[in-house]
Amino acid sequence: MASMRDIKRRKSSIQGTQQITKAMKLVSTVKLQRARASAERSKDYFNCMYDTVNSILKRIGHVEHKYLASNTSGESAGSENAERNRKKAVIVITSNRGLAGGYNSNVIKLVTRHPEWNKEDLQIFCLGNKGREAFTRYGYEVKDCNSDIVESPVYADARILSEKLLKSFADGEIGEIYLAYTAFKNTVSHIPTLLRLLPVEAGSDDESVEGSDGAREAAAVMNFEPEDAEALDLLIPKYVTSLIYGALRESIASENGARMQAMDSATSNAEEMISDLTLKYNRARQGSITQELTEIIAGAEALG
Amino acid sequence: MADKNGFLLRIVTPDKVFYENQVDMVEFNTTEGEIGILPGHIPMTVIVKPGILNISEPEAEKEAALHAGFAEILPEGVTILAEVIEWPGEIDEKRAVAAKERAEERLRSRTPNTDVARAETALQRALARIQVLK
Repeated sequence: MASMRDIKRRKSSIQGTQQITKAMKLVSTVKLQRARASAERSKDYFNCMYDTVNSILKRIGHVEHKYLASNTSGESAGSENAERNRKKAVIVITSNRGLAGGYNSNVIKLVTRHPEWNKEDLQIFCLGNKGREAFTRYGYEVKDCNSDIVESPVYADARILSEKLLKSFADGEIGEIYLAYTAFKNTVSHIPTLLRLLPVEAGSDDESVEGSDGAREAAAVMNFEPEDAEALDLLIPKYVTSLIYGALRESIASENGARMQAMDSATSNAEEMISDLTLKYNRARQGSITQELTEIIAGAEALG
Repeated sequence: MADKNGFLLRIVTPDKVFYENQVDMVEFNTTEGEIGILPGHIPMTVIVKPGILNISEPEAEKEAALHAGFAEILPEGVTILAEVIEWPGEIDEKRAVAAKERAEERLRSRTPNTDVARAETALQRALARIQVLK
């Protein structure tokens, strides 16, 4: 049996840890509330953006545009085109610090365990230190890393990133752009999500067949100033930027949610360990008292 | 067919709903020129250029500096998705003046490497800020 002193030391160390996890839980609860509020405030913007871009895409149907997935040339593209399209840029949003349960590793797994992707074809754009560490360790090409953004994202940061990506997309350096982030559904459920930013899928006609009649009618009379193609040139960068920004906002909310959960279970685990140790300690104390008594009585009997 | 109640104007930014109210008229600058919208406008999507946004409420007039974004116009309402928009009270005049001078300087002493489009946008932005303050 472990000595009383050992048990006591162990117990107080766990108590210390528990205090830390409890404090961290409180901090991330507050941060979560803030992050969630701001994610919800900005949701309006992204929904509007998404609806508008979709209605434009639905309306113009099949148009050749540098940012759009060309419907016809997908399979029959020349080898040169296919060559170019192999390179993929992936924006991965992780946190700067750990102790957030599976938050970081779930996002990273989305990329590393993707069934169709080869390590050589990927360029990783990391937002957050943890992602950079992991991808460097696995030997991926980490093109760029900006870990300051994740702390408190502003729209301009997202714009700088999207401009850079759109430029290399237009130059043909990369064929596709993906975004890996954690969608925030509610406080306890966060879903790692992989999203293709570019080329934008030209509005698939079969989606929401019954609801599309009204939508198409409304879209049919929509006028554009300037013309469609020009409008797309201007809109799609905004679209990409807003998606990145929205993903950042949601990821931050998810990060704090995940950390809150992790810290909550750590605190209750510590609680459990402490009560277990308290029991052991009391038993050891009882044991030592009994032993002392036995010794005294035995000694008294021997004398008498 | 303009009804007396005006129409609903919503201005949304990435961070918040900037403005939401019934208005009589709204004016702003687009890539195709200035535009004024009254109730019952035909559906249209326009891209915003830096300039002043003028809101005519039934009771009052409001101004703001609108810098980038686009607007979706429908007969029953207008939604402006603004990347950057400021009320006059949020503008730092000194910074705006400094930005204007910087942009002008860049346009004057232009070299082949000068990003003219960017300098011009910066200039327009600064001008819009200064104008709103007046």
